[in-house]
Amino acid sequence: MPDATALTEPPIPSSPAGEVPVQLLTPEGERVSHPEYDVDLTDEEYRGLYRDLVLVRRIDIEATALQRQGELGIWAALLGQEAAQVGSGRAMREKDFAFPTYREHGVAWCRGVDPLELLGLFRGVSNGGWDPQEKRFQLYTIVIGSQTLHATGYAMGVQKDGAVGPQADGSEGEAVIAYFGDGASSQGDVNEAFVWASVYNAPVVFFCQNNQWGISTPTDHQTRIPLYRRAEGFGFPGVRVDGNDVLASYAVTRKALDDARQGQGPTLVEAFTYRMGAHTTSDDPTRYRLASELEAWKLKDPLERMKSFLYKQQIADADFFAELDADADALAARLRAGCLQMTDPAPSAMFDRVYAETTPLLQEQQAAFEAYSAGFADAGAVH
Amino acid sequence: MAVLTMAKALNEALRSTMEDDPKVVVMGEDVGKLGGVFRVTDGLQKDFGEARVMDTPLAESGIIGTAIGLAMRGYRPVCEIQFDGFVYPAYDQIVSQLAKMHARSRGTVPMPITVRIPFGGGIGAVEHHSESPEAYFAHTAGLKVVACSNPVDAWSMLRQAVRSDDPVIFFEPKRRYWEKAEVDTRAPDDPLWQARVVRPGTDATLIAYGPMVRTCLEAATAAEEDGRSLEVLDLRSLSPLDLPSVVASVRRTRRAVVVHEAPSFIGIGAEIAARLSEELYYEMEAPVLRVTGYDTPYPPSRLEEEYLPDLDRVLHTVDRSLAF
Repeated sequence: MPDATALTEPPIPSSPAGEVPVQLLTPEGERVSHPEYDVDLTDEEYRGLYRDLVLVRRIDIEATALQRQGELGIWAALLGQEAAQVGSGRAMREKDFAFPTYREHGVAWCRGVDPLELLGLFRGVSNGGWDPQEKRFQLYTIVIGSQTLHATGYAMGVQKDGAVGPQADGSEGEAVIAYFGDGASSQGDVNEAFVWASVYNAPVVFFCQNNQWGISTPTDHQTRIPLYRRAEGFGFPGVRVDGNDVLASYAVTRKALDDARQGQGPTLVEAFTYRMGAHTTSDDPTRYRLASELEAWKLKDPLERMKSFLYKQQIADADFFAELDADADALAARLRAGCLQMTDPAPSAMFDRVYAETTPLLQEQQAAFEAYSAGFADAGAVH
Repeated sequence: MAVLTMAKALNEALRSTMEDDPKVVVMGEDVGKLGGVFRVTDGLQKDFGEARVMDTPLAESGIIGTAIGLAMRGYRPVCEIQFDGFVYPAYDQIVSQLAKMHARSRGTVPMPITVRIPFGGGIGAVEHHSESPEAYFAHTAGLKVVACSNPVDAWSMLRQAVRSDDPVIFFEPKRRYWEKAEVDTRAPDDPLWQARVVRPGTDATLIAYGPMVRTCLEAATAAEEDGRSLEVLDLRSLSPLDLPSVVASVRRTRRAVVVHEAPSFIGIGAEIAARLSEELYYEMEAPVLRVTGYDTPYPPSRLEEEYLPDLDRVLHTVDRSLAF
């Protein structure tokens, strides 16, 4: 007799060969070469990437601490994903445009968004914060995967504007990058974005940080093949990069963006990385994953390998690292002070800018709200 | 009798229906190993196996769409949508497919699917985690829509929802998940589609559901100190609406205030106001008034206390009603 127990889990094939991520820096900090990808950075640029990694991690750690102390409602930590974000974020050229999820604090940093704006979001004083046009960095998107379609549409606009390919001013055109995760790869929106980008040959790079976990759900519950190989079915290239290697993340993203800006269409980059922390501060990963997995990934830490590289190559000395630590301390102190000083918006502000052209009924409601609130203020004054 | 939180009562309800009916399957994001982000499905996968408690891929349209297919094959899926604001990717499957299947198949393809949605605000969450989308679903023919307000109802209403051969959108007030009550799991269930007077009164009726029932009870307690007797009616079912109970209560008190977190415009309160004006036009002493969320996007959490109806706003509106 058939019953529900007849339902079975799909067989998960063992990972096929040929999916070794692009790597330019081993976990031990050894520089290695790759037939297709390379970086040729100045010493200052190498130091700059490490500096970003360190500062971004410090932002993250400070934010987690602020949440624990009740100053933020929640925080979605990027711990472990610094290299994927800094590498791809720094690969963007000035006019390129990024569409983030809610965890792209490292990309935000690269785009010049003040981390205090991020803290404001998670503190609950705003739902946005920065000017997306000015930063070339859209607002965070919480609903999973939605922004991949926005990125694709934006890229279609770039294309319609003739901003793909060589430009009159000598520049090479614009490209767009959409961030999302392994979990999001299951969403219809993400798959539709792939279709659109493909058939319109839109100048967009899909940057998937495969951090192995969608809250409690491992990547093998989202896909039976490595995610980067999904691209083939949609008709564009896919590449897996070591997401804990900032140099490889930079090189692969730079090439994908440049391909896009030159009219060669989309690329899917799968940055193979690991969410070292909880999904958010509300989550308890000990319920669903093993500590040994975390330990294994600790050995692939994105900061340690870059630090080791800088030391070995004598690109940076002890003074540099000491100065950087001091800068990180100062940044953390600024964020803490700024967070504590953050004031709540005026309650009546929730009625503002709901529409480009507000409506009479909403104005009436706002007036009633203000009158009602003023009644309390008056009552307070009397007593 | 056991003292249960609402979350635990829902968990026990799922467990009991799964024990009763091998066709009941639970599916959703993180419902298995994690037990759901609110732990409502805690332990179910361990006890019933991965075939009956499925950690799905991260895609809400996929959850509801495949549940529809499972129902076509004779299963009785209970889907969890992780947060209210995440239901919209599944909206097409719910409104265009789930809701209409029974009618268009002339009853040959029933849809015994329950869609559980934690809803409402008050937990200091980020965007899309505090919404009250019930009116969208109540507006859709073919769906039944209910909201529990306490652990006792959570237990009995969810069991009945799962057993229902109609699709039921089951709203759970997430800020009340940890409130406790004694739950007698052997007591007969109050019928799912009936409203209930949870506090009798004579001067006005507060009509609420889900998270606002407790707010109204507190308001009624406070009003009593001022010598006012407020009746509190817990709708429990939003669609179908138990209109006879609403009319009976307001016929006695002759004043009605509807309270919900959802915005007022075209909301549940608007439907109740219209119905009461049709049924009791000459008997009411005041127009039906509403205390609701505002017609704005749900604000950043630091403002949510201003947005959400509270005891003061309820009493303020009761004053207005009594002043007519």
